Amino acid sequence: MTHEEIIREIIAPSGTSRAAERSQLLQYLCQIQHQCSYIPGDAITQLATRLQMPASEIQGLIGFYAFLHEQPRGDYDILLSDSISDHLLGSRLLLQQLCNRLGVAPGVPRADGRVTVDTTSCTGICDQGPAMLLNGRVISRLTDRRIDHICALIEASTAVTQWPAEFFQVDDNIRRRDLLLSEETAAATMDGKALRVLLETDGNAILDVIEKSGLRGRGGAGFRTGMKWRFCRQAESDSRYVVCNADEGEPGTFKDRVLLNSYADSVFEGMTLCAGVVGASRGYLYLRGEYRYLLEPLQAVLRQRREKGLLGQCILGKDGFDFDIEIHLGAGAYICGEESSLIESLEGKRGIPRNRPPFPVTHGYLNQPTVVNNVETFMAAAKIAVLGADWFRQAGTPESTGTKLLSICGDCERPGIYEYPFGVTIKQVLEDCGAVNTQAIQVAGAAGTTLPVADNGRRIAFEDVSTGGSFMVFNNDRDLLDMVQNFSHFFVHESCGFCTPCRVGGSLLKNLVDKLVNGHATHYDVGEMKQIGSLMKRASHCGLGSTAPNPVLDLLNHFPQLVESRLAHSGYEPAFDLDAALQEARDITGRDDPGAHIRTET
Amino acid sequence: MADKIRVATASLCGCFGCHMSLLDIDERILELVQLVEFDRTPLTDIKTVGDCDIGIIEGGVANAENVEVLREFRKHCKVLVALGACAVNGGIPAMRNSFELRECLEEAYIEGIGVANPQIPSDPEIPMLLNKVHPIHEVVKVDHFLPGCPPSGDTIWTFLTELIEGKPIGFPYEQIHYD
Ligand SMILES: Cc1cc2nc3c(=O)[nH]c(=O)nc-3n(C[C@H](O)[C@H](O)[C@H](O)COP(=O)(O)O)c2cc1C
Ligand code: SF4
Ligand code: SF4
Repeated sequence: MTHEEIIREIIAPSGTSRAAERSQLLQYLCQIQHQCSYIPGDAITQLATRLQMPASEIQGLIGFYAFLHEQPRGDYDILLSDSISDHLLGSRLLLQQLCNRLGVAPGVPRADGRVTVDTTSCTGICDQGPAMLLNGRVISRLTDRRIDHICALIEASTAVTQWPAEFFQVDDNIRRRDLLLSEETAAATMDGKALRVLLETDGNAILDVIEKSGLRGRGGAGFRTGMKWRFCRQAESDSRYVVCNADEGEPGTFKDRVLLNSYADSVFEGMTLCAGVVGASRGYLYLRGEYRYLLEPLQAVLRQRREKGLLGQCILGKDGFDFDIEIHLGAGAYICGEESSLIESLEGKRGIPRNRPPFPVTHGYLNQPTVVNNVETFMAAAKIAVLGADWFRQAGTPESTGTKLLSICGDCERPGIYEYPFGVTIKQVLEDCGAVNTQAIQVAGAAGTTLPVADNGRRIAFEDVSTGGSFMVFNNDRDLLDMVQNFSHFFVHESCGFCTPCRVGGSLLKNLVDKLVNGHATHYDVGEMKQIGSLMKRASHCGLGSTAPNPVLDLLNHFPQLVESRLAHSGYEPAFDLDAALQEARDITGRDDPGAHIRTET
Repeated sequence: MADKIRVATASLCGCFGCHMSLLDIDERILELVQLVEFDRTPLTDIKTVGDCDIGIIEGGVANAENVEVLREFRKHCKVLVALGACAVNGGIPAMRNSFELRECLEEAYIEGIGVANPQIPSDPEIPMLLNKVHPIHEVVKVDHFLPGCPPSGDTIWTFLTELIEGKPIGFPYEQIHYD
């Protein structure tokens, strides 16, 4: 098919209202990008006409999402995961190797249009990295041999369907099972058992059980799930929505990937249960673009559920119990994990966080009451409905009932998924995953907490160290500044740019961290970092900006000796290499006289 | 008056608007010269800076000469002040930062409309351009920042009188906000 035909097919009028089509805009663009390797100008014009919106707004959307491009990418479009966990496994050398072998510079298509090589934030394959996306598919366990093989396949123009299947293998690596993943309870939510409980009792009874279980959101913030569902149920409206947050963008988090790979039916059961309780007839799974390879299998699970009468009209024969789920893809924006940005993105817009309040439970998708929950939360809710509040409360602590999935990566023998009762000590976790010679642990991802190993008596729980699941281990051979630098660059890349404290503060902080890494930061700069960091925490519009300085502040607070050892001991150091800043002018003018240089001041 | 406060000022990569704004203190300049003695400044046309109490810098750092002047000021002034948006942030001249230096020079000296004898100058007399324009605090330590493009005469007056009297620096809202 030509690009023209592809575009025509993708954006063919669906017969729904313009508002409904408008909310599909991002999905149209993702499909066009996927099939054409870019969004041709023609497609923009046609969409603008069809949806009666300015072309510039569509371009604004393309500019916002990292996976959308107005210029063609290579036939083979490679995005190497640039998360710190990939760095630990040697990804930076592999990037160089890839670029050298293929003769490309990062981000620039090769002259023959064959290939582009670029980086992307965490791909969520942290336990089997380094990883890359190739035309949207994950390739795991990269080694220099595998890179050579990949380069050969590209040079030979081998179709991706002909590539060795083991390249694309992504394992679950479940290392510890507890309440949620145990084999004994695996059947609990099968064949719509949770929905049957709902039909045998009623929404109020389910809400009571969920509230009694003490279940709190697994996405990180830990809001009480029962309360969230009740607010949504009570909100005045004719249409309500259920949204599953599968954006999983926090570096080092990959447990939702495993749940969607092997427990999708339970997750959808949880969403449908929620729909029955709050009275929603439409649901969305917001799947991060990095997990596009799960789209087909997930759609197959949805089809099976429709065939079994667990989705669609009159679910399980119950009149008026109508609910169906649509999968929306993200396009490489971490901020879209924040629930109000996610909703904006679902509506086909740029993922700029909304003002809160009002919260999604009253004004969510299309301004209607909406429950947004994490993948793991929905699965837990479905199990609780069947197995009861006491079953759930047998594990955990008073404020953090039940269990939590941790996705563990970094310097340990056995990275993977570990399900623990809340309250488990960091020490226990380190022992189980085979971490030795540990220096520090980064819990809850880039936005989380850096703990020196001396703090290993602390516990994973909302009352102590809380996490959406990310748990990264750093041993004594690692330079923690690499991690902090990686995270501060991550936040600059992922800031949506809406508010100044995060957009500007994040960049200033990044520059200062770079200066520290390069050995040019002074005590004065440390003071600046503290001041900027605390301002960002106080003044940012959303959670991204208010957590972005955490790694820097934790480094300064918990590792003062490390910082001290890297400081320049002059009163002041310039922010950049002054003489190097003249190099471009020297190249252009050919000058090399004394005036063409700047001395370093002593 | 032996111990008048010595003040020096310079314009680096700026438009002189901040210096014009300094003159907007109008007749208060008579009061000011009772208190201060001007060292190097465009007002006195003195070309080298001697030991001073206060150094005031307008404009950002765009070339090697700016670096040199700025370093001299830092060396000789007890208190160094960034005056105006260009000194504080790079300001208008920093708009070239989104282009390569080569693109800027080619636009000015080769492709520009009406350019005769197109070539990029390379005379050693001409200060070498840095690849980007920087705020002055990225090159030397700065003690005070006065925002505004330019800060108003009243703002500058408030600042100078407070500084000279050794008071904490503070402004009425309308002197440093523009909404
Ligand atoms: C910057 C940012 C990114 C987030 N990313 C995610 C995410 O990837 N997955 C997730 O479930 N929650 C994420 N959250 C939290 C959501 O806003 C929201 O609290 C959560 O989806 C609610 O579901 P829960 O109560 O089941 O945890 C993020 C929050 C912020 C501020
Ligand atoms: S804090 Fe950052 S991500 Fe959040 S709204 Fe502001 S700029 Fe956007
Ligand atoms: S801040 Fe404004 S007035 Fe002052 S030098 Fe810069 S452009 Fe001119």
